[in-house]
Amino acid sequence: MEPRMITTVASAPVTAQAFKSDTKPIWCPGCGDYSVLSSISKALAMLGLRPENVAVVSGIGCSSRIPAYTTCYGLHGVHGRALAAATGLKTARPDLTVLVAGGDGDGYSIGGNHFLHACRRNVDLTYVVMDNHVYGMTKGQPSPTTEPDWDSKLSPGGTGLRTFHPLVIALAAGANFIARAFSGDPNGTAEILADAIRTPGFSFVEVLSPCVTFRPEQREWKKQVRPAPVATTDDPARAARRIITDDGFNIGVLYKGNRKPYQASVGRATKPLTDLESDFAI
Amino acid sequence: MIDRRSRSAGTPGVSLALTGSGGTGVMTAGNILLEAAAQAGWYGLMVRSSGPQIRGGEAAALMRFSADPIECLDDRFDALIGLDWQNIHRFADEIPLDTSSIVVGDPDQGNTPEIFAKLGPIQAGVPFKQMAKAIPGSWPNMIVLGVAAAFVGLPAEAVKSVVRKSHRGEALAASLAAVDAGLAAARALPGMRRVPPPGRGEAPRWLISGNEAAAYGALRGGVRFVAAYPITPATEMLEWLAPALSELGGALVQAEDELASINMIIGASFGGVPALTATSGPGLALMTEALGLAVAAEVPIVVVDVMRGGPSTGIPAKSEQGDINIAVSGLHGDAPRVVVAPNSVADCLTATQWAVHLAETMQVPAIVLSDQFLGQARAVVDRPADVSFNTERKTAPARADAYKRYAITESGISPMAIPGTPGVPYTAEGLVHNERGVPSSQSRDHALQLDKRERKLRLHDYGERWAEVEGEGDIAVVTFGSCTGPVREALARAEEDGVRARMVSMRLLSPVQPERLARALEGVKRVLVVEQNHSGQFHRYLRADYELPAFVRSLRRPGPLPIRPDEIYREVIEWSRA
Repeated sequence: MEPRMITTVASAPVTAQAFKSDTKPIWCPGCGDYSVLSSISKALAMLGLRPENVAVVSGIGCSSRIPAYTTCYGLHGVHGRALAAATGLKTARPDLTVLVAGGDGDGYSIGGNHFLHACRRNVDLTYVVMDNHVYGMTKGQPSPTTEPDWDSKLSPGGTGLRTFHPLVIALAAGANFIARAFSGDPNGTAEILADAIRTPGFSFVEVLSPCVTFRPEQREWKKQVRPAPVATTDDPARAARRIITDDGFNIGVLYKGNRKPYQASVGRATKPLTDLESDFAI
Repeated sequence: MIDRRSRSAGTPGVSLALTGSGGTGVMTAGNILLEAAAQAGWYGLMVRSSGPQIRGGEAAALMRFSADPIECLDDRFDALIGLDWQNIHRFADEIPLDTSSIVVGDPDQGNTPEIFAKLGPIQAGVPFKQMAKAIPGSWPNMIVLGVAAAFVGLPAEAVKSVVRKSHRGEALAASLAAVDAGLAAARALPGMRRVPPPGRGEAPRWLISGNEAAAYGALRGGVRFVAAYPITPATEMLEWLAPALSELGGALVQAEDELASINMIIGASFGGVPALTATSGPGLALMTEALGLAVAAEVPIVVVDVMRGGPSTGIPAKSEQGDINIAVSGLHGDAPRVVVAPNSVADCLTATQWAVHLAETMQVPAIVLSDQFLGQARAVVDRPADVSFNTERKTAPARADAYKRYAITESGISPMAIPGTPGVPYTAEGLVHNERGVPSSQSRDHALQLDKRERKLRLHDYGERWAEVEGEGDIAVVTFGSCTGPVREALARAEEDGVRARMVSMRLLSPVQPERLARALEGVKRVLVVEQNHSGQFHRYLRADYELPAFVRSLRRPGPLPIRPDEIYREVIEWSRA
């Protein structure tokens, strides 16, 4: 992998609007994901990035449609494997800014194993989960973050299962940056995303993003969220206590560590290919 | 009964099995023997066989030496040298003996096991452990090495020079003395055939396993990113690649599972870096969904499947050609892909390199269908020729006008924009999409993209590399992969008996090549299909997609026992007389 020569053209900074493509989203009116798309665009513009140097990788679900709604490079892959694809991309192409986007079903259920290992591996990625506590694309089934008593056709009377706590899991698994954001505050979310992208290593941003179609009661979230009452910490024990005891509505950067990001030694070859033949030559 | 050993020409060398329980070092002895044979100018092959244990238990080095290149094990073994006999019954059927074979055991370890004794071989004793004890600091496996070297007819100096590379000081002196003691002990034993001394000054040679060859072939093809999950019998490929890639400025990531490994390589290749994963059947099964993504999103990747016994966990450390169905057809939807099967240890290199070329050129996933026999066998081979395929992925230039990632083109290949290139970002898409990559559920877009992806594979010129076609005659043996060695050897024997037959060993299994096979089979009236699995997957594959002559027979057996040259020879001879 030779370092790539990118011809930079002296040009005006890219505006947030220019990070949005002309493809019309499939989302329902009122979906929180529209705001998240705006926040991502704003964050990229704030950081002075150019669309060709950013890749947005996703799996399957409503929110996973987001790559095509940006003007960045996109990879809309299979369900639950976005983090794996992004890991390969960032490892092979460390020069790119790589965002991973998806929902709670994609990330915490079918993709749960990759979530754990992405946190552990600490590749320099920013993972944005638009969490609405429901499978929207398949029309209303419980996800790992759905409340145990939420009634649905597939799980009449509720699943009875304890909800998954993504932030605690992320912290335990080694994520270097952990934040909670709310789609109803696009500017605040953009600030958090910009911080996440800037911070080396694996940055995890859980965005509460209401599904007004299958979880209309989530319209109330805007009344429940509040800025986290304490400042960001780099102490995992303190962060754990805060994250595990809050009610899920504290917004802000809750943990920012100093772990060294995973970086393979991609770059220049130190020996020619044919030198490897000495392993076999008689 | 045909006794091919009475024939004067085409002596297929000497076959030798070394066995002993774990930790006794018979594998080390086997490796030294193989390297010594290589030093002395011989060709050799070593296949490791063992029970299910992780460490310990009984293991066998199944070896063959000849002045000519060797691609398979022989029908039988000339000698079985057992340091001890613990648990040997677990793989005794992989060591066929007859009345002219010799079994050498340590009398202190008990009699020759009945499972061998009943076959009526010559029996002899060498007190390996006692002899080693008499030479302080030495080990019984070095005595075994001396005895084995004497049987093969290897020059003592060739063996000692290899021993010198791996031992130092007192341990070296003791080991050399033990080898000498073994050589001397062998003189008192009944004689056996030795390999005719080979000529010298030949082309450069390698001692290599199929897994290493495939790994090196991948690098020659340009692969610089590998992600994989450990699995028997593919792991050695990854272990060789890990340091090699970092020296070449590439990277290997150990993934959390096979779902991750294939998606990681899709990500890397989307980023413009040729990428590969290696696995075995269970891993390939997990990867099939994402293989479909690579088909639909047109991301070139290479997946090496080192086949093992299946289904399910199967027989992890033993060979079987049971993954044809899944490799050729195992995806949902219409998903054209490339499947390439190497036909020898050395061909693992070129076939894998070719697979990288095909994947990159056509922006398609390519599966390399190797197997445990090829992957884990270590062989002395002529250094494979340097082949260059002029591999180039068709990429989009910066700021291309009205760029369409999935443009409908005559060749079916559309320029791929690589991240970092300004003016042409697009979204690689697993949903049915239009030319721009925008999701679409319209029948027209679906049909156009399906046609395009089928067309790019159909129009590619695969050249002569699609198969090895050898010999003449109105009988043909059609085979692939690790059955090629036994078929080639069987047909050489048949020819000595005046029966001429053709061999078609198919390297390219997908896309299918019915016209090429029809040409290769011109004038052929009868076809024998040879494969190593239970249901005849290759036979059915041929029946489904190729025109075959009226008379077709299937010779097949599931793993782990290899199909031996003699079985194929008998089938061909019998049919030629029918």
